[in-house]
Amino acid sequence: MTDYIVETIKAGILETLAMTFFSSVFAYLFGLPLGILLYATSKGRIMENKPVNFVIGLIVNIGRSLPFLILLVLLIPFTRFVTGSSIGTTASIVPLTIGAIPIVARMVESSLSEVQPGIIEAAVSMGASPLYVILHFVIPEATPSLLLGGAINIATVLGYSAMAGVIGGGGLGAIALQYGYYRYQKDVLWTTVTILVILVMVIQSAGNRIAVKVRK
Amino acid sequence: MATVFRLENVTKVYKNDGKEFSALKGINLDIEEGSVFGIIGMSGAGKSTLVRTLNRLEDVSSGSVKFYDQELSELSPSQLRKIRRQIAMIFQSFNLLGQRTVLSNVMQPLKIAGIKGKEAKEKALEMLEVVGLADKKNQFPSRLSGGQRQRVAIARALATDPKVLLCDEATSALDPKMTGEILDLLREINRTRKLTIVIITHEMSVIEKICDKVAIIDDGNLAETGDVKEIFRSPKSQAAKKLVFPSNPYDPSQPDSRLIRVAFDGLAASRPFIAELVEKTGRKVNILSANTKSVGGIGYGQMVLELPGSKEDQDVIIEFFTGNGLSISEVER
Repeated sequence: MTDYIVETIKAGILETLAMTFFSSVFAYLFGLPLGILLYATSKGRIMENKPVNFVIGLIVNIGRSLPFLILLVLLIPFTRFVTGSSIGTTASIVPLTIGAIPIVARMVESSLSEVQPGIIEAAVSMGASPLYVILHFVIPEATPSLLLGGAINIATVLGYSAMAGVIGGGGLGAIALQYGYYRYQKDVLWTTVTILVILVMVIQSAGNRIAVKVRK
Repeated sequence: MATVFRLENVTKVYKNDGKEFSALKGINLDIEEGSVFGIIGMSGAGKSTLVRTLNRLEDVSSGSVKFYDQELSELSPSQLRKIRRQIAMIFQSFNLLGQRTVLSNVMQPLKIAGIKGKEAKEKALEMLEVVGLADKKNQFPSRLSGGQRQRVAIARALATDPKVLLCDEATSALDPKMTGEILDLLREINRTRKLTIVIITHEMSVIEKICDKVAIIDDGNLAETGDVKEIFRSPKSQAAKKLVFPSNPYDPSQPDSRLIRVAFDGLAASRPFIAELVEKTGRKVNILSANTKSVGGIGYGQMVLELPGSKEDQDVIIEFFTGNGLSISEVER
């Protein structure tokens, strides 16, 4: 590999990490409240509300059923509206965030659902309001599971970020596509793939470790 | 004595897939201040539903539940939350926050009641002293034994100085020794803090150990209620008899012989009646089962006897027992 390629790959790693980081943060900014709402409004839960649960559930399911590649294309006008461009690293953050929100929401809902109903009953019997129960009982109890889910979500976003290369996004995915696929440079292809695998493994094992450490 | 809870004609109907299930079928009950009130029944009898109507974790389908003359169903959500701070509850599975320390767990109800950090911490520490676990304040619940976890739950329940403590099968997950310790602690708290305690259980041994009054719930109905001693002496309902008299462990020697149950209490428990029976009447009986126990400090016993075949012998024996002030009942087999 030439020095130029090595430098490109180095820059690509940073771009991939930046895309993954910002997309994950934004996805949780919206996905966490949505997941909490999905959990709290579902049947038998503390703020049971059929219409709200149905509408949010529908949106989340539609979002999750769209293949990410299709979503990327569909969102081009919206991305251009938000960032002023539809190509590049910054632009990729928009579809990545939107694609990850429903996944995050479902993951959060599933983590919160693991909390024993008895804990909630105890909180209610103490005179806690529904919001208090969620913030001070349900979320703290679900924290280890939320962190594990977080690691899975970040790894998923990282995988998606590579796909963004198809429509002109930056990062390792774009490099693998341009040099590895269009130019038949197998060594570049394998190098980027190896780096992606290592990144996913590092994220996942870090998530596991933190979750184990936090769990009492 | 003031009445803490008054239940009038309380019913609870669950609807599931269009099918209706009556968990409570018209319960009338008074629970007096300062008492340890037991509610006993088989599993599925409705006792857990019943205790949850006392703090409105379950809404009743009809009837009224009053807490110190306050109708619970008329309360707004925020009024109900305030009332609930006076009605603490502990559970079979303890329901402590696993991700929080013992101290932080005990502080929870105080924080809910709006008490600030330092004051809440002091009060929580005081409560941990009461249950004897002050040295475990920085531990996490997963490090504690079942009995210790229930003690933490009790400390947490008492932190806001409630008027009542509801115990939902609080000792059912514990071994007999720990059960004894928890019951002793509850008894002590009842005496020293003048706290009314309502205990839900399926174990008669819990009732006889610490309860003053008992209500027997059977298939959603109140089968019998009254003083524990009275119900042990002469249970009237079928459900009460089932709980007080354990089923016959031995088969009688004759397939059609007559069986009677002799119940005695107080002084009578210390007299050798069977020996006297043989001495005075010359009639023999076969003891199929017998036990004595202490209920509220009074010796209480019962025996199931198989009587000899002749009607005359039977009459002499029964006359001997009733003449000595013992109560006799027929045992069906």
